[in-house]
Amino acid sequence: MPLQLTFTSGSGDSIMSPVYKFSTAGSFATARTLYKSALAGNSTFVPQTAFDSIATVTVGSGGTSTITFSSIPSTYTHLQVRAFARCASGSAIRNITFQINGDTASNYYRHYMQGDGTSTPVGGDAGNLIYLGSASGTANGVSRFATSIYDFLDYADTNKFKTVRAIYGYEDNSNGQAVFGSGHWRSTSAITSLTFSTEGSFAFSEYTSFALYGIKAA
Amino acid sequence: MAAGSTYEAIATQTLASTANSITFSSIPGTYTDLVIVAIGQGYTSPSYGNLQIQFNGDSGTNYSSTEFRENGGTVGTNRRSTQSNLFVSSFLDWGTANQNVGHSIINIFNYANTTTYKSTISRGNIPPYRTELNTGLWRSTAAITSINVSVNDTPINIGSIFTLYGIKAA
Repeated sequence: MPLQLTFTSGSGDSIMSPVYKFSTAGSFATARTLYKSALAGNSTFVPQTAFDSIATVTVGSGGTSTITFSSIPSTYTHLQVRAFARCASGSAIRNITFQINGDTASNYYRHYMQGDGTSTPVGGDAGNLIYLGSASGTANGVSRFATSIYDFLDYADTNKFKTVRAIYGYEDNSNGQAVFGSGHWRSTSAITSLTFSTEGSFAFSEYTSFALYGIKAA
Repeated sequence: MAAGSTYEAIATQTLASTANSITFSSIPGTYTDLVIVAIGQGYTSPSYGNLQIQFNGDSGTNYSSTEFRENGGTVGTNRRSTQSNLFVSSFLDWGTANQNVGHSIINIFNYANTTTYKSTISRGNIPPYRTELNTGLWRSTAAITSINVSVNDTPINIGSIFTLYGIKAA
């Protein structure tokens, strides 16, 4: 008979349905290990202390060349941007670019590694903006949008240069791309604004959306 | 600027017995993105299979994905076009249930809109075999109201946990 555990909160409310724990010994139907914590061995995911929506930009029918979040409050620990993007480029895919706090100097670095089904290019560069993220182009059929998730870590800390990590890519049934990336802004200033564009300055298309969230540590 | 708690658990399924699949149904259309966190293992001998999903019961060949992975010190990539389900990551198979579990986090963007096809990006961690990033597409403009999750070569083992979250943008 498999072990069954039920967990309750401090107030006595049930917070998890019965949990069967995996064991280091025995077969599926025999010995199992009792853990003091539900997080041992096969933990469940718990969202951050706070994951608040700060602002969202959704592009209208006319398109727009840049998307800016300004006056970003410094009250969070990290920022996350989730982008669902398409642009007017005639290619299948374009890089999204961004600058922080309007800084146009050469204070940015990025690295990436990607898979596209046939090759696995990697690279890095320095410049006056960061190339991270994807926007589908018109060579993809309509209705296809690329996705990007950015995490800006310790964005309000004035003692550190700023680091961003990203996962992004697209898929269109004929081609695709999946990319890990990271970026670096050589400034100790707190991030108060983010301006997104595309490589080549192609306008973002209708239904593109960028959503900015704040993540607060305990 | 608006603010408020926006990352909410919609439903959790913890398997009390092995199952061929699990389904999240009647998904409300009130969020912007969905996230599925899958933690567990398949039921066959040690290896790994494909964690795959279908939306709204669609078994047509409307799914495709691109995979980027590292396994055993080797980087690799491949694509799956015109599939009858969406490959979202590998999933650990481990016949003798123990502490080895795989983790997959599946992001489903703009799932409730009825204008665009649906895009996904997902991470898979399959110790001791591989780590992955995958992008996916469901060629449908329908709002996603149900998600079926399965593993291609095995039932899903007892104790596996699947949680569906909703993220709401301002």
